Amino acid sequence: MAPTELPTSAPDPVFPGAHSYASISDKIGDIVLKGPSGWWWHAAFALSSALTLLFFGSIGYLFYKGVGIWGLNVPVVWAFDITNYVWWIAIAMSGTFISAALHLTRQDWGASISRFAEAMTVFALAIAGLFPIIHLGRPWFFYWLAPYPDAMGLWPQWCSPLVWDFFAILAYLLLSLMFWYQGLLPDLATLRDRAAGRFGRFVYGVLALGWRGEARHWERRRSAHLLLAGLAVPLVVSVHSVVGLDFAAGNTPGWHSTIFPPFFVAGAMFSGFAMAMTIAVPLRRAFGLHDFITGRHLDRLAQLILAMGLILAYSYLMEVFMAWYSADRYEVYTALNRMRGPYAPVYWTLIFCVVAVPQALWFARVRRSPWTLFCIGIVINIGMWLERFMLIVTSTHRDFLPSAWGMFYPTVWDWAILAGSLGFFAWLFLLFVRFVPLIPMSEMRGLAHRQGGAP
Amino acid sequence: MNVVYGLVAEFPGAAALLRAARAAGAAGYRRIDAYSPMPVEGLADALGHRRDRIPLFALAGGIAGSAGTFAMQWYSAAIAYPLVIGGRTPAWPGLIPATFEMTVLGAALCAFFGMLFLNGLPRLRHPIFDAPGFERASRDGFFLCIEARDSRFDATRTRQFLDGLQPRAVAEVPCQ
Repeated sequence: MAPTELPTSAPDPVFPGAHSYASISDKIGDIVLKGPSGWWWHAAFALSSALTLLFFGSIGYLFYKGVGIWGLNVPVVWAFDITNYVWWIAIAMSGTFISAALHLTRQDWGASISRFAEAMTVFALAIAGLFPIIHLGRPWFFYWLAPYPDAMGLWPQWCSPLVWDFFAILAYLLLSLMFWYQGLLPDLATLRDRAAGRFGRFVYGVLALGWRGEARHWERRRSAHLLLAGLAVPLVVSVHSVVGLDFAAGNTPGWHSTIFPPFFVAGAMFSGFAMAMTIAVPLRRAFGLHDFITGRHLDRLAQLILAMGLILAYSYLMEVFMAWYSADRYEVYTALNRMRGPYAPVYWTLIFCVVAVPQALWFARVRRSPWTLFCIGIVINIGMWLERFMLIVTSTHRDFLPSAWGMFYPTVWDWAILAGSLGFFAWLFLLFVRFVPLIPMSEMRGLAHRQGGAP
Repeated sequence: MNVVYGLVAEFPGAAALLRAARAAGAAGYRRIDAYSPMPVEGLADALGHRRDRIPLFALAGGIAGSAGTFAMQWYSAAIAYPLVIGGRTPAWPGLIPATFEMTVLGAALCAFFGMLFLNGLPRLRHPIFDAPGFERASRDGFFLCIEARDSRFDATRTRQFLDGLQPRAVAEVPCQ
């Protein structure tokens, strides 16, 4: 890496100066205002709508019949539900983190990927939040987690990570929404001013809250944005640490480990960056955004994925080492059972997806090929889903008492809810690219200004 | 009540707007607003924006969030519903995660809503929206407005002053 690239991206033209303020606003705004984008949007929307129906239909049937429609049973009482929860919340971790951390470190190149990364966070978090609720046997009592002076005189157990989780998700969801919306305000004003119809002007006008681009308003927004970014970074770490503690606080072999919080945070960043890559490549192809999401963006995202992947590979190694070093026969057995037991194919597939495949990112040729990066992103996220499945199921299916061992096999409803949640995410995302500028126009104008390409 | 909200001049770019804002300040005008499609470094300073109170809002929110959450947990665990586990009620370190999350949430809520409050938003109607060509302020237009309630405002002389700053156009903004 050249020394000029190290501290900030100021001398580094990540963003070609060929655009004027007007062309930036028109190019990005027209994606929303001039209608979508042809057959592929409609086809994708139809497919994702069908999957969304499947998702909510399956949840409806689940509420009617109970969790018995899933394949889980004693001893494996957490399976696809919690796997999906951890997987989705991990994807949600990196969106706000990417844009907050890059904002704080003045990495200008982060601006163009921040909007859709934040949208990814909000949608993935909303989906993740559903799983702990639907996995309850009696989901209508989920609000018992919230502290409120109830008639029963009960309060939550404050030392339980599940209660911490409730607070963590609540804080993260609200902060992510505010961070996203605050970034969105000036762009909604642009849409209000450019919308052709009365209806569009009205809707975007109300959503823009009357933003008029006054200098003091910009200044206060900058200050608030900096604060939210600074608050978001430790929050992200705490949220996924708490998810790790959900497991580490139990004394189940394979879970009861102090490495879990940082290990989970690294895994979350890793899968979130991979998801951002998986989304960025088709988006820029579909809307011709090569001027805003350049090869350099993808290259840097790939480097981040590689770095996180190495931390994760180290964590896997440490997990096995600590099992051996503990000399605890149950820990040792769980570690070996993962590699040689009935779920061994899951283990080795995930090692291939998560540890082996990302090593391709060492090569600049791979990092310069968008569709290779797209495929690597998908492979990584399949691997990360399998990792959570492996972690959750192998620890419980053979724990202390061999007489209580058992197997988990998914049912059609397990698969339906997993596929449905993916479809629902895609559905929300397709609506997002249709109604909200997917690249922050005001940030792009600011970048054009700072790089001297426009007056 | 004045029938004129102010005089607005459009400038060709951020640098010109910044120069004009500084000139207007130097000429003694105090009720000046500048509108740009993106943040312009130094523009708020040129308009006399001195104190940034958002961090104070965030601090207050953070303190309220942490103190409130810790107090609630303490009340619940020590007075209202002491769970005795292993002969002990919950120790205070166990109360920290929820306290931390609510500290962050309180600070974030106050920073965000404080920003809206200090900016006077939401405000869907504003006289400046009637300025000619103002829809470009969110695209590629740079505007400087001297309000009529400024003590030095004078329809003729202020217009002459703005004309001297080489704007693209100067126009009168009516009151609503």
